[in-house]
Amino acid sequence: MKNSIKARRRFGNGVVYVVLAALGLLWISPIVYLVISSFRAEKGSFLDGYIMPRGYTLDNYVRLFTDTDQFNYPRWFLNTFVVAVCSCIISTLFVLMVAYALSRLRFKMRRPIMNIALVLGMFPGFMSMIAIYHLLKVINLDKTLVALVLVYSAGAGLTYYITKGFFDTIPKAMDEAAILDGATRFQVFWKITIPMSKPIITYTVLTTFMAPWLDYIMASVIMKDNYQNYTIALGMYRMLERESIYEWYTAFCAGAVIVGIPIAILFIVMQRYYVEGVTGGSVKG
Amino acid sequence: MAAKADRQQKKDGLGATISRGVRGFGHAVSSFFKEIGAAFSQGDWRTRTSFIIMGFGCFTRKQFVKGLIYFAVEVLFILYMVFFGAHYLQDIGTLGTNLFDREWDEANQIWINIPGDNSMLILLYSVLSIFLCIFFLVIYFSNIRAAWQAQQMQTAGKKLPNFKKSLLGLLDEKLHVTLLTPPAIGVLMFTVLPVVFMICLAFTNFDRNHQPPGHLFTWVGLDNFKDIFGGNQLKSYTFFSLLLWTVIWAIFSTFINYFLGMLIALMINKKGIKLKGLWRTLFVVSIAVPAFVTLLLMRNMLQDAGTINVLLQDVLGWTDAPIHFLTDGTLARITVIIVNYWIGIPYSIIITSGILMNIPADLYESARIDGAGPWKQFTRITTPYMLFITTPYLITQFIQNFNNFNAIYFLTAGGPQTLAYYQAGSTDLLVTWLYKLTVQWQDYNLASTIGILVFVICAVISLATFNLTASAKREETFQ
Repeated sequence: MKNSIKARRRFGNGVVYVVLAALGLLWISPIVYLVISSFRAEKGSFLDGYIMPRGYTLDNYVRLFTDTDQFNYPRWFLNTFVVAVCSCIISTLFVLMVAYALSRLRFKMRRPIMNIALVLGMFPGFMSMIAIYHLLKVINLDKTLVALVLVYSAGAGLTYYITKGFFDTIPKAMDEAAILDGATRFQVFWKITIPMSKPIITYTVLTTFMAPWLDYIMASVIMKDNYQNYTIALGMYRMLERESIYEWYTAFCAGAVIVGIPIAILFIVMQRYYVEGVTGGSVKG
Repeated sequence: MAAKADRQQKKDGLGATISRGVRGFGHAVSSFFKEIGAAFSQGDWRTRTSFIIMGFGCFTRKQFVKGLIYFAVEVLFILYMVFFGAHYLQDIGTLGTNLFDREWDEANQIWINIPGDNSMLILLYSVLSIFLCIFFLVIYFSNIRAAWQAQQMQTAGKKLPNFKKSLLGLLDEKLHVTLLTPPAIGVLMFTVLPVVFMICLAFTNFDRNHQPPGHLFTWVGLDNFKDIFGGNQLKSYTFFSLLLWTVIWAIFSTFINYFLGMLIALMINKKGIKLKGLWRTLFVVSIAVPAFVTLLLMRNMLQDAGTINVLLQDVLGWTDAPIHFLTDGTLARITVIIVNYWIGIPYSIIITSGILMNIPADLYESARIDGAGPWKQFTRITTPYMLFITTPYLITQFIQNFNNFNAIYFLTAGGPQTLAYYQAGSTDLLVTWLYKLTVQWQDYNLASTIGILVFVICAVISLATFNLTASAKREETFQ
């Protein structure tokens, strides 16, 4: 009797292993193939009648950084990095400011502001892209990197919700003690709350840093044809257009690998906070 | 106190919160006007002069810097209105009447360009001017209040705060003003203003045939909405077909995605399975690669002559002709849903596996004693528990998928194109259609109308479900 249960469990586990292995293979193979293609010597977006490349080379990587007339990969990488750093600093500050004010300070307009933010958050962001473009044109900022920074960070205040949830969990007694000792509320915010909020700051910094690397739609509307100011996503999308895909496909794969590495590292760092973030801190994963 | 209020809010659900917010807002407004009225009826001449010359009350009570700032705001506003804003605001009713024209200059024997009105700029600057007016009104009333308060304090014999003290107050009891102003300006400029502008466009005829500066556009009332709800057969057919497909897409890529992810997470977490870390990493690695890269890669592999077809045809020999993954309408829809599983399931795995480990073990223990098999445990314990915790996540996920631009645009760009639709393809979601209408076809009016409808649909769905789950939570199922 006992043996049969054990055997059944072993059989069950065997099935699970097979399924997991099959699925794992399915998930990992496109990425492996991407890496393989980035070292492929043959040109073209696919191979004619066979799958594994017949020759390997490092040229695709070299080419990204040397052949920059048409596709200026290093420049785009730098653009994206600068935009990401700036917008991540501004966004994080905005989010912390709004979250702290709405979580810790009491004032008349607190509830109305939270309700307005809730409704505003439901408007799809892309809906207003044309208006944003014309607005930027009016202040002579269209097709510039400054515009991208503004667009990515100006609305950040609306995404305060998760951070506010975190601030709500910090005991209020500390604030009160500090205020009794004569600290201003700003000092409480800057010297007590901020240092205690490392996890949520890390989460905010990483998510806002990653956004410009992944965004295509806003960047494409703002930059139009200004190749010099493209971001990575925009530029790499252009590589795969009909006229250039044959020449540039393998270089695209190489570029993808290069972008993928920092994002992968960031994601692994962030993973710990990710679950807490989306479930509003109700679960410690 | 705060925690209590928040709990209260969760219990009442969103609708009640909003209605309370509106009531509180109304109350604040009425008490505000009472104060202004009091300032007018009981104020002395200095306070009353502040109604016309801003900052007068403060300035004559020795709050010099404050008074000067108020005065400067008034002067700047009047200058802006006289030299710029009023010119555009007076055209807002018609959005411009003078077309661009050319005139023959007899004296110099050349054509002279006479610039016409630009409807787009008139609308944009008008909206901007209205915003500035509201902003000015806020400052105007705060000026009256400041004068009135200064008068009251002086009558009570208190010393008025000087400018330095007011500034320091911004870091202490008025810290919320300091903290909220910069983000609020950002939101006003780059969220509220554009949204208002786009809402206005939905009531105009700003399409590809009415492009400024060569042409003017004007208000057309509800015509665009009428077009979509039956007035224009092609547009309304496209809208409702794409809406149906968008809903199907969102359901498939949210709920089925979630359950498949949960199943895989259950398998990884199953007792006796080794190398849990390795399995999880296998799935999570795909998240680390930016989605636009993987989607473009998939698009390439799924071409008629792409890697997948080569694999099936030449290497494995399972098929004779290439499968049209992305070029056949129905097949393309299935393909994008499946490829989106590849992108989405790892996220579900991460989310669910954390929560799965939190399910109290004694729930399963007692179920087993009562003779429940694995399937029953899954449907009666795991699923309800998971849904209980992750409903808000699922709702936001649903809305995100409803508006999932990247997955569709990078894979098929909405294609294959079909003539049955107005400027859309079989796999277009409402959002990608909106994007195409604005960027490629410049049918801004139609695009804004769709944007408003998408907003209404998303808001209704999330408000309704948030309310439902709020009432479900009151039953305290798992406490």
